[in-house]
Amino acid sequence: MTITERAEARRGSRPGTTRGFSWGFVVKLLLMAIVNAFGLTVILSAYRAESWLVLGIMVALLVAVDVVYFTKRALPLKYLAPGLAFLFVFQLFTLGYTGYVAFTNYGSGHSGSMQQAVDAAFIQDEQRVPDSPAYPLTVVERSGELGFAVVVDGEVRAGTALEPLAEVADAEVGSSGAPAEVPGWTVLERAQVLTDPALQEQVVALRVPFSEDPEDGSIRTREGSTGVLYSSSLQWDEEARTLTDTETGLVYTADDRGSFVADDGSRLATGWYVGVGFENFVRAFTDAKFAAPLLQVTLWTFAFSILTVLTSFGLGLLFALIFNDPRIRARKVLRTLFILPYAFPAFMSALLWRGMLNSEFGVVNDLFFFGADINWLGDPLLAKLAILWVNLWLSYPYWFLVCTGALQSLSGETLEAAKVDGAGPFRRFRSIILPLLLVSTAPLAIASFAFNFNNFTIIYMLTEGGPSIPGAPNGIGSTDILISAIYAISGVAGGTADYGLASALSIIVFVVIGVISAIAFRQTRKLEEIQ
Amino acid sequence: MSSTTTTRPAANRTSARRARWWAEVGWRYPVAVVIIAFAVFPLLYVLSAALNPRGSLAGSSALFSTFSMDNFAALGGTAYWTWFGNTLLIGGISAVGAVLMGACGAYAFSRFRFRGRRFGLTSLLIIQMFPQTIAFVAVFLMLLAIGEVVPELGINSKLALICVYLGGALGANTFLMYGFFNSVPIEIDESAKIDGATHAQIFWRLIMPLVTPVLAVVALLAFISSFGDFILARLVLTSEENWTLAVGMYQWVSNQLTSRWGLFAAGTVIAAIPVLALFLGLQRYIVGGLTSGSVKG
Repeated sequence: MTITERAEARRGSRPGTTRGFSWGFVVKLLLMAIVNAFGLTVILSAYRAESWLVLGIMVALLVAVDVVYFTKRALPLKYLAPGLAFLFVFQLFTLGYTGYVAFTNYGSGHSGSMQQAVDAAFIQDEQRVPDSPAYPLTVVERSGELGFAVVVDGEVRAGTALEPLAEVADAEVGSSGAPAEVPGWTVLERAQVLTDPALQEQVVALRVPFSEDPEDGSIRTREGSTGVLYSSSLQWDEEARTLTDTETGLVYTADDRGSFVADDGSRLATGWYVGVGFENFVRAFTDAKFAAPLLQVTLWTFAFSILTVLTSFGLGLLFALIFNDPRIRARKVLRTLFILPYAFPAFMSALLWRGMLNSEFGVVNDLFFFGADINWLGDPLLAKLAILWVNLWLSYPYWFLVCTGALQSLSGETLEAAKVDGAGPFRRFRSIILPLLLVSTAPLAIASFAFNFNNFTIIYMLTEGGPSIPGAPNGIGSTDILISAIYAISGVAGGTADYGLASALSIIVFVVIGVISAIAFRQTRKLEEIQ
Repeated sequence: MSSTTTTRPAANRTSARRARWWAEVGWRYPVAVVIIAFAVFPLLYVLSAALNPRGSLAGSSALFSTFSMDNFAALGGTAYWTWFGNTLLIGGISAVGAVLMGACGAYAFSRFRFRGRRFGLTSLLIIQMFPQTIAFVAVFLMLLAIGEVVPELGINSKLALICVYLGGALGANTFLMYGFFNSVPIEIDESAKIDGATHAQIFWRLIMPLVTPVLAVVALLAFISSFGDFILARLVLTSEENWTLAVGMYQWVSNQLTSRWGLFAAGTVIAAIPVLALFLGLQRYIVGGLTSGSVKG
């Protein structure tokens, strides 16, 4: 650094005196303006959507970020804040939320609050009101969303499936009596509605709430020119928490399991979620439907991760021993070729092997088993072997690299001394190389075990957990590991959802990982590094 | 013994030497050929399938029997390039974000002494053991809730997926970078400080250029992990035009495995080449990162 540069840098310590500093300050102000604008937008829309949790978290985050960046103190936090914000919201919060959901019956039929369940009940029960007036109606559209514009008591109101009808100022009613021009909306010609079958279907299925109150019912149409009022015969008594069907006289009472149940045992399809204590955990262990398949899945999860680590470690070590010899030529080229499977994207490898192991057309049967029809992925035992094989192919290069590195860092003197003492190659390996190698690779083996314990990709891409275990729920299969079984049970990919049970199982996986990590913790010296 | 060897004819001696060479070194070459066949066969097979104009799994077993670019051309008629773009976008932004957050975090932990520093490091070490993928149900439910407030951050938003990936960034990368930052001598900071540099100037102008290798590794690892992620991407991105390659190509293979094989193979070849090149190019650094336990295994 020259003297002038130094002088410049020193001046930089006073705000606003050099270009370097003021630029940074401008960038900071700009970024903070964007962050604050974003935060305020979220807060406002959370207020409008009455989503108090989102609002609370956003206010806390925004205040924290502003305090951190606009005070002179808290220097380390200036660097940590962005990462911490994401960590809190998208990792810590989700971990905590998993813990919460595990103690509820959140899932299909129990997916919202009681108020949402009541609203849903009204909608499901809606029927055409027998003496409803016919409202002149026009199909309208706004930003891709279909809606209705109707004439009610001489004024034009418009709305969509999500937005209840609201008055539109300056709308014009055409000669047919239906709205002809609706400001803010695109009017769809009646001919267009009649000639486009797909559009027609959408129009017939559309229900536009009459008002904010679901008890007022909704407007629907059969032909696209007149709207009829549909409403529910249910009556909601918030005090008594009962829904009364005024037609049949049945009274549905809210029970403590999150459902509306009538005296004759019938229940409404939509419920809400409630806390159920340890029930999900108990169900995982004792419910005959789940317990047996889940036990099988758990055993296979352990077998899969242990065997994968053992086989790939063994093969990688063997290759490392063979090729860690300075007399071999072109070792770099060989090494690059050896690790190709590791560099290849894992999900693509698994999908590729899925095709290669296809029983009918797969190249493995065609080339190596003389065209036999071996059902590699359809037989419970063969599918397990196939998964282990593919995972061996995927992960031996990792251990080859690790072991090569570890072998090269072994002290040559110790080995020389053993040689002089007359130890043969096998003895040297067993008594010196292997113990020293294990010291440095054991933490990695544990990490690899934990990784494979949750190796969703390979299982799902190769077999999707199949072939399914006869009688097991949600199509749990004999190659499912815990995380893929959780995926099947959770129903996020379709089918009946049981978020509660899925989260409870996730908690169990957390516990297993926690124990493994505790062991790994004692192995690694990372904790000492901290001090 | 040496006297007997010297009396033997020279030809005999060379053959003895050759036998010894075979016993000690030579046998390793045939073994290497076997290993390479094991490692490379699937990759050659997918290349051959990509060049096979029949485009189906049936009949793809005769390796390199035909040569045509039909499959690659046919990718244009699918959503492949959209998915490719999505993958690059999501992976690229998450990689940049992960590097910035990780570097800032590592800088703070490495250069400042503050209350809660040890607690922070230990917590990060514990948190990073619990990957987000196990909590996918909660991620899904949370994004549903956020989506009601801010649709741009809800289900079916690429931005939401990036945010989810960035949630794991601090935990996953800080440690790898922390070690590297510590290896940069603190005297550099101190002399700059005496010269009047601010902490931000030290970070951006001095430290960051010195730690470029670890930045590259973390970027690559973050990119590869988002590239290969299926479970979260599948959960968050629901409409086809938002899918990443992992979600889209899985759909191809799971629905019509045998008929779309050619497309899958061509798509795999295109997508894998840049990843392979990056990985092999940065091999030296990654091997160093391996031993810190931060790479898939």
